[in-house]
Amino acid sequence: MITNLDMLFVGVGGQGVLTASDIAAQVGLDLGLDAKKSEVHGFAQRGGVVDSHVRWAPAVGSPTCEKGTVDVLMAFELLEAGRWVDWLRPGGMIVVNRQQITPMSVSIANAVYPDEAALLAALRGRASKVVVVDALPLAEEAGNTRTVNTIMLAALSTLLETDAEVWETAILRRVPQRYADVNREAFRLGRAAAG
Amino acid sequence: MKVLLSGNEAIALGAWEAGIQYASAYPGTPSTEILENFARYPGIRAEWASNEKVALDNAVGAAFGGARTLAAMKHVGVNVAADSLMSVSYTGVKGALILVSADDPGCLSSQNEQDNRQYARFGKFPCIDPADSDEARRFVGIAVDVSEQFRTPVMLRTTTRLSHSKSAVEARVPDAREFKPLSPFDREDGLDRTILPEVARRRHPEIEARLNAIAEWSATEGFDCGVNRIEWGETDIGIVTSGITYQYVRELAGHKSILKLGMSYPLPLDRIREFAESVDTLIVVEELDPFIEEQIRAAGIVVAHGKDVIPICGELTLAAVRQGLYEAGLLAAPLEQPAPFEDVTVPRRPPALCPGCPHRAFFYNLRRHKRKAVLAGDIGCYSMGAMPPYEAMDMVISMGASIGMAHGFARAGGQESAIATIGDSTFFHSGMAPLASAVYNRSNIAVAILDNRITAMTGQQQNPGTGITLQGEQGHEIDIAMVCRAMGVTFVEEVNAWDVNAVNKVLRDALAHEDGPAVVVVRGACVFTPHFHLQPKMHVDLAKCVTCGSCFRVGCPAIIKSDEIYPTSGKQKAAVDPLLCTGCTVCMQVCPVQAIGPAEREGSLQEAL
Repeated sequence: MITNLDMLFVGVGGQGVLTASDIAAQVGLDLGLDAKKSEVHGFAQRGGVVDSHVRWAPAVGSPTCEKGTVDVLMAFELLEAGRWVDWLRPGGMIVVNRQQITPMSVSIANAVYPDEAALLAALRGRASKVVVVDALPLAEEAGNTRTVNTIMLAALSTLLETDAEVWETAILRRVPQRYADVNREAFRLGRAAAG
Repeated sequence: MKVLLSGNEAIALGAWEAGIQYASAYPGTPSTEILENFARYPGIRAEWASNEKVALDNAVGAAFGGARTLAAMKHVGVNVAADSLMSVSYTGVKGALILVSADDPGCLSSQNEQDNRQYARFGKFPCIDPADSDEARRFVGIAVDVSEQFRTPVMLRTTTRLSHSKSAVEARVPDAREFKPLSPFDREDGLDRTILPEVARRRHPEIEARLNAIAEWSATEGFDCGVNRIEWGETDIGIVTSGITYQYVRELAGHKSILKLGMSYPLPLDRIREFAESVDTLIVVEELDPFIEEQIRAAGIVVAHGKDVIPICGELTLAAVRQGLYEAGLLAAPLEQPAPFEDVTVPRRPPALCPGCPHRAFFYNLRRHKRKAVLAGDIGCYSMGAMPPYEAMDMVISMGASIGMAHGFARAGGQESAIATIGDSTFFHSGMAPLASAVYNRSNIAVAILDNRITAMTGQQQNPGTGITLQGEQGHEIDIAMVCRAMGVTFVEEVNAWDVNAVNKVLRDALAHEDGPAVVVVRGACVFTPHFHLQPKMHVDLAKCVTCGSCFRVGCPAIIKSDEIYPTSGKQKAAVDPLLCTGCTVCMQVCPVQAIGPAEREGSLQEAL
């Protein structure tokens, strides 16, 4: 039974990071805990880095986590896991999507997108467990590329060994009715991939 | 049942519950969602005003008539509204007047991190600072009571971290409510709404007395209603704190005694003195300015630590407060930080104009004028024109400043041409007055109005240029070109935002114009509006690409490097990310070797879509 959990959701604007973190916070409430979540939108969100904090506890104080204390890092984009991994506590866990979204510093300047194998190896050196999810093809298989966030939540629900139904219900309550089936399928695929 | 609401959603709910019947705002991060949410409640009227001063004036008029009102804006918006704010404090109000100031410590989406609690002291009205969504909701009601009891405007101050964090609030389904018109206007209600010098002189001492009375309220009823409270713990250390900062203090030092001030101005100084005398050491923990600390010290209360250990700059975090409390001797050790992640170099990911953005072709062209022109920019998505690959902006200071800056530069004898860049919503906000001034004083500046048919940066709000109101009704749509012509601008041209050559030509013509300001209205709908239509996605024919870099210089996130190398240059050829491409064709238009075209040309349209 989880009583305290700090999660950091990171990715790129447009990936559904904020919606996913909303749902994760709601699941905290549904599990009988207090929950808070915090994000910043506006200027940075335009194709930039997005980060959203989700905290579960009997009574949450700060809506943001503290660097070096995060239990689970949810990286919706591969290199973003590297940018944010120093927020993880020793022994924390990572769920990382293999999807790569090229930053402008790579396409219009001389920065280099990190090598996947090297990055994943480095992440493994920092975490007790790294779950690698290939969420984009799974989302396509489910029928809509915008279900990447549902796939990621499915993987998280598996990692946390929490009641899958609570998550699925929270997701379906949040997404538009006409996308219920495709999200149900995405959730199933995400669970299977992370299991 | 509890639900998670953001601070802004909670303020909207609290406003509705407190009987606010009219609210007005200009969008501005982090305040925008307050009105967007309030607008959905029954029995109220909510509007976007053309700027923050108009929003406040609207609310003042309504409050003068007896309505409970609210005006919401970001911190720098209060600067725009300040003229009226200072005077309405003198006149006082009949119905409640709540000014929501959404401050942005850390400049997460702003040009400065001014601490608007200072306005409360400056303008002599109370400031209320909630610490979570539940308080945000309840404190609106308290603010309404204080406003009506003392006939004063009340600032409800939030910060980005409060506005955009969600915390649990008891759910409420709003019941039906009819909009209540005002009672007949009563000239004999004792309120002097005409702030002539004689009235102001008479009112000033009354305002000073009002402030003392509110401080007394804060010391008594303020504690009874819970806007201020003391959480007793160990008494070796007592901490005075306020707003969202309370959350960090509670989490790190919840075992110590905490005086939480929900009203940060005026202060209940005698109660603070009592608290200080009940603890061995007093620490003040607050974000930004030493606002509370300085007042406490000025009252002769000994403060052991404040801004000597808590940063004055930037947003406070658990880490910053932890470090401060450690330096103050309250915490035994700082948190051990894991080593920085240096195993892999992580490239930066700066914000960028979206794929398909109607500003792209303009900035692609504008950068070509950099050598001969000085570029005055403004506040909006197009502020990103200052960043690579465009770097086409030499000055930006505030909303609506571009045209005035360009004019001043030209009239002071600037050697270069001056081009002002301003958005549609910003033009209505504060671009019309400087344009009138430039026409009147006859400067030959070029003004580009980037009309993307929405207020985009703050999340797609309607404005006078779209003619749709906040509550989804048809208002009047104001034609920007017609406004400029009516002012006497003799060169007014509209151009399709995605037509690279047409934008370039009209810019050149505008710069050549020598009969007062020349206005170019660059029209194209933001990709997030229903007016924007996806077109067949672009595709790079790798056989033709010569790695000239032209397409990369349009600065589109959908243009990426392919794995194929062009032998002559040794560089990676371009490719289009089909997930991101909207088919706007700007990259196709700038490609000198026709290597880019709709994906269907390659027979793979199906795949690309």
